[in-house]
Amino acid sequence: MPVVEIPVEKWNGQVHQVKLGGVGGRKELIVGGDNTLPFLKFEGTVPHRPAIAIEVLDYTPPNWAEPLVKAWGDVLKSPVAWAKKAAEYGANAIALRLRSAHPEEGNTGAEHAKRVVTDILGAVDLPVIVLGPEVAEKDNEVLVAASEAGRGQRLALGDCFDKNYRTIGATCLADGHVAIAKTPIDMNLAKQLNILLSDLGLTMDSILMDPTTGALGYGLEYTYSVMERLRITALMGDKMTAMPMICTVGEESWRQKESKASAGVPATWGDQEKRAIIWEKLTAMGLLNAGANIIVLRHPKTVEDVKVAINKLFA
Amino acid sequence: MALTGIEIYKYLPKTNCKKCGFPTCLAFAMKVAQKTVNITICTDLSAESRAALEAAGRPPIQLVTIGGDSKKIEVGNETVMFRHEKTFFHPTGFVYRLKDTTPVDSILQEVQAIAEYKVERVGRFLAMDGFAIENASNDAATFAKTVEAVKSKTDLPLILISKDPAAMEAALAKATPGKPLIYAANKDNWEKMADLAVKNKCPIAVTSSDGLSELATLAEQINKKGIEEIVLDPGARDFGTSLTTLTQIRRLALKKNFRPLGYPIITFPGEGAASVDLEAMLAGQQVAKYAGIVVLDHFSPAMVYPLLTMRLNIYTDPQKPIQVTPGIIQIGTPKPTSPVCVTTNFSLTYFAIAGELEAAGWASWLVVCDTEGLSVLTSWAAGKFDAEKIAKTIKNFKVADNVNHRNVVIPGHVAVLRGELEEELPDWKIMVGPREAVDVGGFLKQNWKN
Repeated sequence: MPVVEIPVEKWNGQVHQVKLGGVGGRKELIVGGDNTLPFLKFEGTVPHRPAIAIEVLDYTPPNWAEPLVKAWGDVLKSPVAWAKKAAEYGANAIALRLRSAHPEEGNTGAEHAKRVVTDILGAVDLPVIVLGPEVAEKDNEVLVAASEAGRGQRLALGDCFDKNYRTIGATCLADGHVAIAKTPIDMNLAKQLNILLSDLGLTMDSILMDPTTGALGYGLEYTYSVMERLRITALMGDKMTAMPMICTVGEESWRQKESKASAGVPATWGDQEKRAIIWEKLTAMGLLNAGANIIVLRHPKTVEDVKVAINKLFA
Repeated sequence: MALTGIEIYKYLPKTNCKKCGFPTCLAFAMKVAQKTVNITICTDLSAESRAALEAAGRPPIQLVTIGGDSKKIEVGNETVMFRHEKTFFHPTGFVYRLKDTTPVDSILQEVQAIAEYKVERVGRFLAMDGFAIENASNDAATFAKTVEAVKSKTDLPLILISKDPAAMEAALAKATPGKPLIYAANKDNWEKMADLAVKNKCPIAVTSSDGLSELATLAEQINKKGIEEIVLDPGARDFGTSLTTLTQIRRLALKKNFRPLGYPIITFPGEGAASVDLEAMLAGQQVAKYAGIVVLDHFSPAMVYPLLTMRLNIYTDPQKPIQVTPGIIQIGTPKPTSPVCVTTNFSLTYFAIAGELEAAGWASWLVVCDTEGLSVLTSWAAGKFDAEKIAKTIKNFKVADNVNHRNVVIPGHVAVLRGELEEELPDWKIMVGPREAVDVGGFLKQNWKN
């Protein structure tokens, strides 16, 4: 009888552990700490399961796909009600996207951001991730306001790009938050931005990286492989690629035609609602297996099933 | 696993006879390792050495072919753990499971619908790969009749599922020739099943839920009967055990060159999932993490289209990005007044800009230039995305015939091409768009006056 010796990889490195919340009665969320590839507990330690954040917008989304509007209903009109509902659906964190600050989407400013962040922090006891509209000047304006509103609450603030990392990084440092470093599906740029943020004074346990999510069918394979490479490099001992990874799965998946189109698409695409939800679920599964530590989702049914899958992977 | 020159040298006569045309046996070995000359040139190679070299040259994961010549599933022969290390070669086969307890009429309807199903994505047609037929009735005659009926309806590859060698034999009589996969040999029936595989020249799956040693033992016993084409079912059914077990088998094959488990793996995600969606998610995981064949218990376009897309993504060669076919792509339902935007045919560039136009609600004409799969800046730097190329594309695809204006938006990263392009396209007004796709919605809102 052949003797099977299971090959075990011994890595030198470890993903940094990052804590969100956990102050002033707010629930604590810790991600990272793994010293092996995703979920391979037979050869290493995976101290924390990947977390699910539910995305909440700071205004009523004007053009969300019908299945999302149907699933959330009236709470889409109120960020606070929405966040509370997200907590009920089992989110480990709220990812508040300050989209209304975008020049094309209302151009709201610091005052609005401050108010929404304060309201959400008051309404739920989950850790909160605050994301800007991804326009550098506006990010600086609203994220600094959000940072001050949540001082000491250990939020995660993003995104830091190569253009504006100084402002966001500095405000994270001043107010005790975690910075999210976002780079365009590129390992070297990801590492470089981590180094730049570290040079500002942010410690290893205060940075998350967003490698940029390509949805299923829209670059998933690029994100998947960059994440695998980042994780392997981290496990080999490179501390500057060892930040936990956050992926905006819901946002990317639900902006694609496969998720949005209810008519005028081939019959071979099948029912829109079912297809769109599976699209988000498969994007999530792919990136969880590539090493995602936090995934930001949109549809409650995706949240439910991804939770089941994570629990089974973690069992 | 490819042998190094030194490893090959050990098997050579070491006489430096020069009959092969190389000064020394070592020099010859190096050339063999580089695959520039064939080992058979050495006339003094002993039979044992030749056999040993052939065995050592066998891929660490055996290639297995199921089905006939026209439609077949080829799986195995993978060489890496991670797609970025090289690529994954043989895409996961998706197979739908039928049961012989279902009335034949309904089975045939299902078979027809699934066999005809195909969906287009970036110029390729994606489809299901075959059918598994399970002897749920436990009756040999019913099983054979069902297999015969399915076979009459489709030439897609088949997997025959039964524990009973008598039922398998009856079904094989209807399914061959055509190289169905026999599923499965277990510790009780393996000798009879192996005999059937030998007799019918079919690949065979082995199954054991009692650990990898037991599975390796079975595979080795079957291999000793002279069967090379073996598929493994380690019985790992849910998300966690599937990831762990399939990773371990792949590693044993690739890193330890462990022959008894050097075969592709078959999975049944429907058995490890409580709903259709969870089945799809587990199947999706198994595409990425090491399944060769995935047997689905459900089929609907809404479930299968995402899965086939997942397979397309994971099995894309990282060194050869998918290219989009050059031409005019309609985003939404564009009108003659809609914007004309120019981009490259690198799939990621294309998807980025198409996705943003879509998301921003801009029905538009997207003109895709043939830049040989390079992105905007790379192709510009390589001279494959210049004013001449853009002008030629706009003329060749008759963009002007579709619109009642003469405004064209070029990517901000190639703003330098504007002057030249104005000379190439004197009737057109060249507008320099944003550098990043994400800003195109805002750009059009501000600048598109039609």
